[in-house]
Amino acid sequence: MSVGGINLKGHLNPEMLSRRQELTIIDDMKPILEVKKLTMDFGGLRALDHLDLDINKGEIIALIGPNGAGKTTFFNCITGMYIPTRGDILISPPGKQTQRINGLKPNKITEKGMARTFQNIRLFPTMTVLENVMVGRHCRARAGIIGAIFKGPSTRLEEQNIVDISYHMIERVGLSSFVNEQAKNLPYGAQRRLEIARAMATDPFLILLDEPAAGMNPLETRELVELITSIRETEGFTILLIEHDMKLVMSLSDRIFVMDYGRKIAQGTPEEIRNNPQVIKAYLGDEIYA
Amino acid sequence: MVIRVNPIEKIIQWRWDNLIMVGVGSFILSFVWRYLLERKELGTNKDTDSSEISVSWSQKLFEDRRLYIPTLAGLAVFVVLFPFVFSVYQISIMTTALIYVVLGLGLNIVVGLAGLLDLGYVAFYAVGAYAYALLNYHFGLGFWAVLPVGAALGALFGILLGFPVLRLRGDYLAIVTLGFGEIIRLILENWNEFSFGPSGIANIPRPGFFGLELSLETANIYMYFLMIALALFTIAVVNRLQNSRIGRAWIALREDEIACQAMGIDKTRTKLTAFALGATWAGMMGVIFAAKTTFINPASFTFLESAMILSIVVLGGMGSITGVILGALLLILLPEYLRAFSDYRMILFGAAMVVMMVFRPQGIISNVRRRYQFKGSSQSGDAQP
Repeated sequence: MSVGGINLKGHLNPEMLSRRQELTIIDDMKPILEVKKLTMDFGGLRALDHLDLDINKGEIIALIGPNGAGKTTFFNCITGMYIPTRGDILISPPGKQTQRINGLKPNKITEKGMARTFQNIRLFPTMTVLENVMVGRHCRARAGIIGAIFKGPSTRLEEQNIVDISYHMIERVGLSSFVNEQAKNLPYGAQRRLEIARAMATDPFLILLDEPAAGMNPLETRELVELITSIRETEGFTILLIEHDMKLVMSLSDRIFVMDYGRKIAQGTPEEIRNNPQVIKAYLGDEIYA
Repeated sequence: MVIRVNPIEKIIQWRWDNLIMVGVGSFILSFVWRYLLERKELGTNKDTDSSEISVSWSQKLFEDRRLYIPTLAGLAVFVVLFPFVFSVYQISIMTTALIYVVLGLGLNIVVGLAGLLDLGYVAFYAVGAYAYALLNYHFGLGFWAVLPVGAALGALFGILLGFPVLRLRGDYLAIVTLGFGEIIRLILENWNEFSFGPSGIANIPRPGFFGLELSLETANIYMYFLMIALALFTIAVVNRLQNSRIGRAWIALREDEIACQAMGIDKTRTKLTAFALGATWAGMMGVIFAAKTTFINPASFTFLESAMILSIVVLGGMGSITGVILGALLLILLPEYLRAFSDYRMILFGAAMVVMMVFRPQGIISNVRRRYQFKGSSQSGDAQP
């Protein structure tokens, strides 16, 4: 019998101690995104109902739920597309203070370091692949009208930097053979990857992916899983994703949040979620008990 | 053509032989139309079949040095010799065409790049023209002093129009800008104490040339070269703008407003800069216009003028600088040279528009995005235009 890692014989239980240290380290680190009692009403319809959620640095979090559960509404609230009715959205970018971002404009939120992709692909169709990613660098560059007209050394340098970083991002997602191709001519899977590259180009600390695997074939999905894992490993991005593909969600995510009717009905590791009766009920209905 | 109504004698004449001609004519035309449409469909199919990126002749012209350097040199020689070979009349209409080139390039920023349909562009043109006329009348300011003032006033009015329409898109934006253009014209027409009403302002001095008195012909040639210089300046500035951070933001705004905002682009500021920069050129050209014609009145700034500039942009190719230049030259010079058919001008104009929109909706020269070359697949992205 042991209490608090010290067994009654006076010896330290090494296993317990290490777990405790881990816990304190996590306690010290504030979650980079913390959502408290977020509520969103559309007229009489409550799309989000006192939703709580937190994401720690380096995690891959999945947000799942049946259609119409409010997942995309949640995304739109935290990226500034909608202004939530009540609640707090707090971010703590690495090395910066915690700040409340309710009601900020989408471009301000992207500037603060949260970039998103869209459920129905929203690229700039007639711009080239490179230009699409270069637009992502917009908020990290400064050149104004005067700079553009006179094209001084600092503007040139900045442009060159934008091109370099953007090209690197395109290589990162494996689209370097399409650099000068118009975005609308890309195959579907490539367009999804381009959206991720564009989001990465804004220097985010948190990337929000809205159904990144929707409409992909199994091969493309597998490549996507590899891409997401590798950008987490090498670039250290934290990722929040909405997804319906359960295989992808279970293999990729560290923790899962489950929503139904605007409410959070469960949270936990993939194993916990897999066996959670409430989740099964939300997805399959009550018959499971019959 | 078929029916002739004579209201005086109250007779209706039927010309049945003409009816047959019209019938046969439209029958044959419909077949030609179908044939062309089918050929167009075949053409697009072929494009998608071959994975090769088809390079159009216009693109080839710009990318191949051996082609575009002689072309440019030839153009330069033509431009320089033009006023010494042709008559004063020719120089005058060429100057007018150049004014429209610059106006087209200015509107191209708003409509072609930022995708904001502006039907009241002529208002800024009027602002520039009246700025010169009134400042000269009341304070005796010269052309060169007012040119930047006109440009600045244009920009100011651009922002003024921009603020209320920030939330509007597409049709709604078009209606509001149309209204804005009409408001400016009506103010100029009815506020007699300010703008001298419909009778306009006369005796506006031509641009000075180091205080020398110029004869009418030299003044015309001077005006021509002034416009050439300004057109070149505009082309250079617009070209740099469209391949800059701001230019990319404009295009992104045109392509997808929501995604554009999600990528960290300030929608408000981007729209306002587009309106302001577009209007700047119109303000500047207004000053030139007033100095060229030496007389202005509100009748020069009707909606038809806005429609004309918009047609230049659409016909030439939205977002394409060369296209807009060609469009302006075609739309302004052709009616002058085809005076013999002046009765049918509007019919031809309308027919040309319809044919263009069906067979080449992207304009004479479609906008080609800048391509970047990378050495192999190395990370050092060495960009070359």
